[in-house]
Amino acid sequence: MEEAVQPAHVHAPPEGFISKYVFSLDHKMIGKQYYGLALVSVFMGMVLSWLMRFHLVWPDAKVPVLGSLAPTGAPGGLITPEYYLSLLTMHGTLMVFFVLTNAPFAGFGNYFLPIQIGAEDMAFPRFNMMSFWTTFAGFLVLVLAFFIPDGPPTSGWTAYAPLSAVGKDAGPGLGWGQNLWAISIAIFCVGQLLGSLNFISTTLDLRAKGMTLMRMPICTWAWFITSCIGLLAFAVLLPACLLLLLDRLAGTSFFIPSGLVVSDRLQNHAGGSPLLWQHLFWFFGHPEVYIAILPAVGIVSHVLVTSMRKPLLSAKVLIYSMMSIGFLSWMVWGHHMFVSGMNPFSSLLFSFPTLTITIPATIITLIWLGSLYGANIQITSASLFALGFVSMFVSGGVSGFFLAQPSIDIYLHATYFVVGHFHMVMGVAAIFGILSGTYFWFPKMSGRMMSETLGKLHFWITFVGTYCIFMPFHYLGLVGNVRRYSSFVDDFMAPLMPVHKFISIAAFITGAAQLIFLYNLIHSRFRGKVAPENPWNGTSLEWSIPSPPPWNNFGGKHPVVFHDPYQYGVKGSKGDFVMQDSPEQIVSG
Amino acid sequence: MGKFFAIILVVITLASAYPIVTHKFVQPEDISTHGHAIDEQLADTMAEGGFAFVGAQLLLAFFVWKFSSRKEGSKVTHLPGGAKLMVATAFILVGTEVLALGVLGQKAWADVYFTPPKPDALQVQAQAGQFAFYFRYPGADGKFAPIHPDKIDEGNQNYFGLDPANDVEARDDIVTAEMTIPVNREIHLLMHSKDVGHSFYVRELRIQQDFVPGLDLSLHFTATKTGKYEIVCTQLCGLGHYNMKAYLNVLPQDEFEKWLKDRAAEQ
Amino acid sequence: MMRAKLAYIVGLAALAACAVMVHAGPSGGTVSGKVTYEGTPAKQKPIDMSKEPSCAKQHATPITTETVVTGPGNALDNVVVYVSAGAPDEAAPSQAAKFEQKGCQYIPHVLAFQVNQTLEIANADQTSHNIHPLPKVNREWNKSQPPGSAPIVDKYDKPEFIPVKCNIHPWMHGNFAVLKNSHYAITEGDGGFSLPNLPPGKYTITAWHESYGDQSQDVTISGGEPKSVNFVFKAKPY
Repeated sequence: MEEAVQPAHVHAPPEGFISKYVFSLDHKMIGKQYYGLALVSVFMGMVLSWLMRFHLVWPDAKVPVLGSLAPTGAPGGLITPEYYLSLLTMHGTLMVFFVLTNAPFAGFGNYFLPIQIGAEDMAFPRFNMMSFWTTFAGFLVLVLAFFIPDGPPTSGWTAYAPLSAVGKDAGPGLGWGQNLWAISIAIFCVGQLLGSLNFISTTLDLRAKGMTLMRMPICTWAWFITSCIGLLAFAVLLPACLLLLLDRLAGTSFFIPSGLVVSDRLQNHAGGSPLLWQHLFWFFGHPEVYIAILPAVGIVSHVLVTSMRKPLLSAKVLIYSMMSIGFLSWMVWGHHMFVSGMNPFSSLLFSFPTLTITIPATIITLIWLGSLYGANIQITSASLFALGFVSMFVSGGVSGFFLAQPSIDIYLHATYFVVGHFHMVMGVAAIFGILSGTYFWFPKMSGRMMSETLGKLHFWITFVGTYCIFMPFHYLGLVGNVRRYSSFVDDFMAPLMPVHKFISIAAFITGAAQLIFLYNLIHSRFRGKVAPENPWNGTSLEWSIPSPPPWNNFGGKHPVVFHDPYQYGVKGSKGDFVMQDSPEQIVSG
Repeated sequence: MGKFFAIILVVITLASAYPIVTHKFVQPEDISTHGHAIDEQLADTMAEGGFAFVGAQLLLAFFVWKFSSRKEGSKVTHLPGGAKLMVATAFILVGTEVLALGVLGQKAWADVYFTPPKPDALQVQAQAGQFAFYFRYPGADGKFAPIHPDKIDEGNQNYFGLDPANDVEARDDIVTAEMTIPVNREIHLLMHSKDVGHSFYVRELRIQQDFVPGLDLSLHFTATKTGKYEIVCTQLCGLGHYNMKAYLNVLPQDEFEKWLKDRAAEQ
Repeated sequence: MMRAKLAYIVGLAALAACAVMVHAGPSGGTVSGKVTYEGTPAKQKPIDMSKEPSCAKQHATPITTETVVTGPGNALDNVVVYVSAGAPDEAAPSQAAKFEQKGCQYIPHVLAFQVNQTLEIANADQTSHNIHPLPKVNREWNKSQPPGSAPIVDKYDKPEFIPVKCNIHPWMHGNFAVLKNSHYAITEGDGGFSLPNLPPGKYTITAWHESYGDQSQDVTISGGEPKSVNFVFKAKPY
């Protein structure tokens, strides 16, 4: 496709505190705001998971301070069954939406997509600003659920109906807590739709001269594909949340059949289908997990190429693989519903595309592995997390292979095996992508270097720690340990408690190690060594501008691109690489 | 440090594989007629998945060991075969094996879902409601009386909302808190939800199926071994989800009949 | 003439003294009686607590439902007999009304207490309970009590008969009777009840049973003599 011409106008340089740091139109500030929101959310989500892990192995212990923070949910510091489910619900909701959709996609994507394609800003800077503040509003509404008397919702991040639809008769947290959840997610959807529109328009229209689509870095491609998926996926979740709110507040019955007796009360509904909620939710929910992982795939590929000092075996094949994953992601949602009561023939139909996704996922993994052959790998914090990602992607992908088969899913559904699988791919791999990107791009974003010593220490504890936490989840699942239980009271579970203790302790240690990262982030921001323009000797356009970049990225110039971003291992004036905007001829050899 | 990464990764890989290879975490014994097909599928998948996991992790470790922290001035080289080899490997090796497992695996699924229950299967109805399972046997008339949700009265243990005053068929229905079945007899389990979504999971039977409010779902299975097993709810249903279970007792035929007689006398 | 007047005054004084004695002292009139049933009550079925082994093992033989508890001579137990009209509303006593969850059972099955009296709910079991009273007039709430947690303390500010259930254990059912004054009794054993210390006046005595509804009778107390009031409820097999 031909590259487009730069637009005639951009926004004016920001003046004053509010337009520079608060209501900024600058994609770089918006990217940082998204990242900051994700950082707050991930620490909140992590603390919630600590409380859950603590309660599971020490159910009779009183959690200090919690008794005064949550007197109904945790009287005297003893976590009640409903409070555990509230922690579980909010943990999942915060992590999936406000961390994994925010940081790798809206965070880094906002910051680097315009720069990597040679643009001064996104196509619609005002929409962009609105998309962040809408997302932030959704965050506030969600967090508000912690402060209402009845507490946060207890139906999981998946909010299955009718539990989530009939209202407070179904239990604590299912009154206003659930309403706030549905409103928050609906608002979040709007923010994402605005963001996706921006990414798509910008990628298609604002590329610099010479920046053909195939010359875009892989992470740009990943953000572009993700935004296409996001546009369609969030467009389905938004009406689903609205229908849920109508059932809860307006007496409709989209998801509630007749004759239900909840808490001794006959519910006044008729004609609805609980399975309809599941179809709508998972039609969004499955593509959503690819929204969570593809940007990380892109970021890791980008970091690996720079760290390996050689191109990938084929960037094109990797890009087409990401596209096929994006395409196939629309056909597999029923694999979350194999034993849901939907037609069992449908379950078989859904399993085939699910198994087929293994192929592009394997291609991507083999491209990475095959590219490492003969490379000159530079070990940095960023490249360690990228390599760790490859390992996690394999682990999480392999467990998915089990769950893709309906007959095996009969046994493994709703066990810790599933929880282990999605934590490996999302809770670890996607986070590793974010961390790799952070260590890689921090110098560009802040003009300072992070401490490599602390970064590597952070990596080792996190890499070993997350394997210690989540690999045992699979073993527990194989034995038949059911998920979403607030306590393990059955005789069946007694022999498994030592495994749970091991996991909880690993979780506390690994979680505490993230403070090293937080410290490194904050300390380096103010006291880190001053960063050069291109500390990693990268070829893509972000390394051709100052660290940090000026408000208009390229200082009013319009960059011209001559090569793809994989010119490593070649003879060039800057060493073994040639930058994208360098007019030098490549000496092939 | 690349070499250190390789060592740690190898240790992690071997440590992860060890509990699987030494069978430290296995499913409880299979007591169903269809379970061996599922177990075989699981074992095949574990072998192939395990091979892929160990292979990929060791390859990653090896490449990082060999190609990091190289001498100054080392040249980068490219894998012979390039991307084409990777794509071919993915399609041929992985693709065919993955799809083969999928095709072969459908038999285990079909055994559970695509065969109708035998006409002489014993009918038992299970009702799931926050937060217990209750079971109903049709009694001497062989019929299940209709359920009247407005007549549910748990204080009187009328969990199903039966109306024996007006429905004659209700008078002999037997309602129990435990599910007792005869061994080696096919059971046709009718599933009804009183309030929200729940699920019926018996590990040893290799059975799991959601209860969907408003839908008449059913399962059929045959237990091949006597004993006491847990039926646990696996669909998040509210605060008591963790406490929602019942016991499945599999008894010899004559003991089952005595049990049923005793329960009938209590109704 | 003087002697007659004196006698008259002494007589009046004696009458007045008697009257004062009747009105003043703690010994007022007593309403007592029996509550019985006629017909066949519904069978009280044994409760299978197998899903909660820690409770099941506390009962050597399973307990039965308590919706109709009977005694010898067709006695009907767990009936709340109380003064529903004719007595002034009273301030709540200072001691708490205690409700216990023990062996996955509510003890007592029917707890009577006054408006604004402190209600204390304890969990003596090794399992969590989630107590859920279901009022129509008072404020509805439900709270979980993990084992080892402090008693729940609350009160109701309107008179009402409130069914109580446990959200976690469906067989657990009980009742709160929130009453306006201290003249109440709950029948047990032979179905007898006694409401002492009633000053002279016209009263309505109501008997309430969770399955059979309520019945009322009027009674007048004129002096210290006991009054007898009996209630007969119609029992149904289903």
